[in-house]
Amino acid sequence: MSGFKRHRRSGACVATFTVFEADLLRSLAGQLIELLRNESATAAVQNDPLEELLDFSGPTTAPDDPVLARLFPTAYPDDEEAAGDFRRFTESTLRDGKAGAAAAIIDTLEEAGLSTEPQDGTFIDVELDEEATMTWMRSFTDMRLAIATRLGVEDGDDDYWHSLPDDDPRAQVHDIYNWLGYLQETLVHSAR
Amino acid sequence: MRHNVGVSTSPVELDEPQVDDITELATPWVTIVWNDPVNLMSYVAFVFQKYFGYGKKKAERLMMEVHQDGRSVVSTGSREAMERDVQAMHEYGLWATTQKADTP
Repeated sequence: MSGFKRHRRSGACVATFTVFEADLLRSLAGQLIELLRNESATAAVQNDPLEELLDFSGPTTAPDDPVLARLFPTAYPDDEEAAGDFRRFTESTLRDGKAGAAAAIIDTLEEAGLSTEPQDGTFIDVELDEEATMTWMRSFTDMRLAIATRLGVEDGDDDYWHSLPDDDPRAQVHDIYNWLGYLQETLVHSAR
Repeated sequence: MRHNVGVSTSPVELDEPQVDDITELATPWVTIVWNDPVNLMSYVAFVFQKYFGYGKKKAERLMMEVHQDGRSVVSTGSREAMERDVQAMHEYGLWATTQKADTP
């Protein structure tokens, strides 16, 4: 396991993933895209069918899924109306941006040679320019927020996760969460 | 910015600002970033530098405020500007809200 480094000459952030790691990253990005599209960002059903057809605006209430609620927080905690307006004008754009960032990760990995049936023992080299670096950083954040919300990660709970038996699926997911954190930390460090 | 001395100003009729506008100007809005157990300290400071263009010192001070006090006011301005900042913070995965600045 190695994280990102800054390439001295080009200034790009580079990393070499095992095919297993690259495949895992692709799968996490795919799951994020699916989640973002699952509970679609549409306005609440209206009574007038014509109005419904013509209404292209976004949702006004917070998503039911706790992960989506964390990815799209309420901007005005004490003002429901303003919060609804803000959400209507921003959530669809934010969803598209996050899904697009995750899709960009998949594209980069596949362009770097990750096939649909990856062969063991091969490596995937990625090289990120400044824009791609920011895209990956944002998407790592979204993946980490999604996993942490599902697991119920809290401040200072490392001992709890370490105490779980190795074969506990939550311990395995928490390992993936830590790995993403390591990638994020090295990517931020390389981008500075 | 100051005008050059000697530039004459002709008396023009100005639109008198409405009381609402004055109140709006007098009470700025703020963008608040809240602590969460997920985002890395290095990342949060990096976002403050990258998006707001803050120097490293200021970005790290604001990040430490978020970390230790649970929240930090990261920008101040018009309501529209704050909505843009909040949206950008949500793009970066930070938990941000906006509200009127606390009355002094």
